[in-house]
Amino acid sequence: MLYREAGQYKIAYATDQQIFPILQDRAAFAALMILAFAIVPVVGTEYWFNGLLIPVLILSLATLGLNILTGFAGQVSLGSAGFMGVGAFAAYNFMLRVDGMPVLGAFVLAGGCASVIGVLFGLSCHRIKDFYLIVATLGSQFFIEWALTKFGWLTDYSPSGVITAQKMVILGVSFDTPVRRYLLVLAVVVIMALAAKNMMRGAFGRNCMAVRDMDVAAGVIGINVFRTKLLAFGISAFYCGVAGALWAYAYVGTVEPQAFDLDRSLQILFMAIIGGLGSIMGSFLGAAFVMLTPIVMNIVGTALFGHAIDAGIVANVEHIIYGVLIIWLLIVEPHGLVRLWQIGKEKLRLWPFPH
Amino acid sequence: MNARNIVKRSVVIAALGAAVSMAVPAMAAPNEQYFPLIGWRTGPLTPLGVNVAAGYIDYMDLLNKRDGGINGVKLAWEECETAYKVDRGVECYQRLKGNGPTGASTFNPINTGVVYALLDRTATDKIPIVTIGSGRTDTTDGSVFPYVFPLGTNYLSTNTVKIKFIGAQEGGMDKLKGKKIVNLHMDSAGGKETIPLLDAQAKKYGFEIIHVPVAMPGSDQQAAWLEIRRIKPDWVILREWGVAPAVALKTAEKTGFPINRIVGVPFAGTEDDLVPAGESAKGFYVVHPYPTGINYPVIDEIKKYVYGGGNKGNLQDLTRMGLTYYNMGVTYGIINTEAVRVAQKKFGNKPLTGEQIQWGLENLNLDEKRLKELGVTGLLQPIRSSCKDHEGGGAAKVFQWNGTALVPVTDWIQGDKSLTRPLIEESAAKYAKEKGITPRDCSKAS
Repeated sequence: MLYREAGQYKIAYATDQQIFPILQDRAAFAALMILAFAIVPVVGTEYWFNGLLIPVLILSLATLGLNILTGFAGQVSLGSAGFMGVGAFAAYNFMLRVDGMPVLGAFVLAGGCASVIGVLFGLSCHRIKDFYLIVATLGSQFFIEWALTKFGWLTDYSPSGVITAQKMVILGVSFDTPVRRYLLVLAVVVIMALAAKNMMRGAFGRNCMAVRDMDVAAGVIGINVFRTKLLAFGISAFYCGVAGALWAYAYVGTVEPQAFDLDRSLQILFMAIIGGLGSIMGSFLGAAFVMLTPIVMNIVGTALFGHAIDAGIVANVEHIIYGVLIIWLLIVEPHGLVRLWQIGKEKLRLWPFPH
Repeated sequence: MNARNIVKRSVVIAALGAAVSMAVPAMAAPNEQYFPLIGWRTGPLTPLGVNVAAGYIDYMDLLNKRDGGINGVKLAWEECETAYKVDRGVECYQRLKGNGPTGASTFNPINTGVVYALLDRTATDKIPIVTIGSGRTDTTDGSVFPYVFPLGTNYLSTNTVKIKFIGAQEGGMDKLKGKKIVNLHMDSAGGKETIPLLDAQAKKYGFEIIHVPVAMPGSDQQAAWLEIRRIKPDWVILREWGVAPAVALKTAEKTGFPINRIVGVPFAGTEDDLVPAGESAKGFYVVHPYPTGINYPVIDEIKKYVYGGGNKGNLQDLTRMGLTYYNMGVTYGIINTEAVRVAQKKFGNKPLTGEQIQWGLENLNLDEKRLKELGVTGLLQPIRSSCKDHEGGGAAKVFQWNGTALVPVTDWIQGDKSLTRPLIEESAAKYAKEKGITPRDCSKAS
């Protein structure tokens, strides 16, 4: 009843091509943006920003990066955390070694560095695919972690091998409070998500999907398969790199190479799969689900059984429930959370009078 | 979707929302000192997380049951599961820091990654973090890190203790000249931390140091030990943890390297590492700032007041009482609560804020007399902290594995601060410069 597009005529190409062709979607998205940019900063507490929102947004960005590569271009990668690490350490070095380097400039260059490394490791996709490519990206993950520990120059010869993010000052505003850091992360994520959405709607996205669905056929119809795959690697690593830089600068502050280990890569891959491969929105849903479900369960578990049962049992039961939840979710909806969202929308069009 | 489903869904969403808002819950009774415990009871490092928490909680429980708290102020605590993950640790910190009548007293993350992530926040929030046996060594310089306390013995100090012990075994520090020592370390940031210090010591004492890295997690060390066999060192320093130490000792046995020429770091030589290695670890030396054993009055008191009369303490498996991790947890309890006691002398016998406890941590003076009163002579070294020195102690004992237990072979050996201090100050100064921190003037600290 409320969610119906009846009467919304498309009379120009522009209206036909917009991201949200339905008025209700546009209104909902605008409301979401107002909520995120104007209301949450006012009503949110420090716990919301530092504990939940900032890490979820940053990991959403990394998941988005992986989704471009895996979901759209069909190249499964286990190297996302490595590229995040490249981003974090590159941003640190640009800030350290270039006088007057603007923070956002360092983030972009950091993404660029990750992108170059991503393309280098992506070269292997010319010859190999599927499982073999996964192993190659796994190699990149270990190589990057090793290199960040091995070469002291990258950490400015810190004896403990960690980097300390410099202060973030943009146009004279110091981003040192949780609210400001949240707004910075949010702005970066929104802009990059918009860019990703448009890329994936355009020629490049279509090329990617063609390559994903059948690369031989894509080649036959004139798509440069190798170039498309490499571009996907580069863009994906760029997103991960920026996410890594944000992780270091806006979230933890001091970071060691081990923060970007294989566990993180797997976590990002799960986020992409659970959220929904090949979907921008799915990246956000997946990241939020994977990050927040254990925390919510922990809060509920402690509130209910905190003092009655041994804390170890509560903690282990949470793991069990979480695992069962994921298996159940993937059985009922193998296409991820985003598919549930789409089904919900389709049903909503008929509501309250389903056939 | 029909109406019932929508109702169902909104109920679920509302429940989740309510659950999240419960994040700031549980009004504690007014006269309580609140201690948040961010640890873990799941994952590969479970023995560490569970037993340290148990020792810590049991000690606080002892104070509550025996003395009614500290000078009439009861101790309260709450656990938060981090699963040994940095983001979960940060979330727990944010969730718990405002709880209790006066907010969190201290945080004790045993996870170095979490310590890194909290460095900035803790100074802004004015809540001290106590990093006994973990964390970042240069935080010893309290002028740059006012709210971080690596009390007891930091990594660099245990390392100088090791070299002193090796010197003593050789018959004097001058006998180290010309000796060969291999530093077998994990190839990670933490594993490489002592390399500059060992190089400095090699120069000072004239021994040769060879650094041999082992890739994480160290489950195959054949190549490293073959290289060691080629080098034929006089001693091997084992800077490994996790699954690696047991593998190292077994491989050493196979390659024929004498086990009693290997000295391990604290986390290479807990019972949990050595029992799997069993007989092949016999003779292995470990440097421990937190000695094992149950023959201390404080453990008896815990048994009597916390576990006595059919009561249950925090430990499930009582045979683990007195093992390294549990005793380390008791140390956590003593240092945190003693800091409260010191701070109460200045600020009054009432629940204190983190900022007030910071003063207590900075003015700790656990001398032999006080240690005896606490019943921990031999379990805890004398600790005297100051604005400049957040380590306070710097000594460790050397233990030897006899196949079933760790046996002390030395008394407290004091580390060499003249070697570690310059490295600490240099690293802290670099941090201060990068962060734009002006170090406190410690001569003016009250």
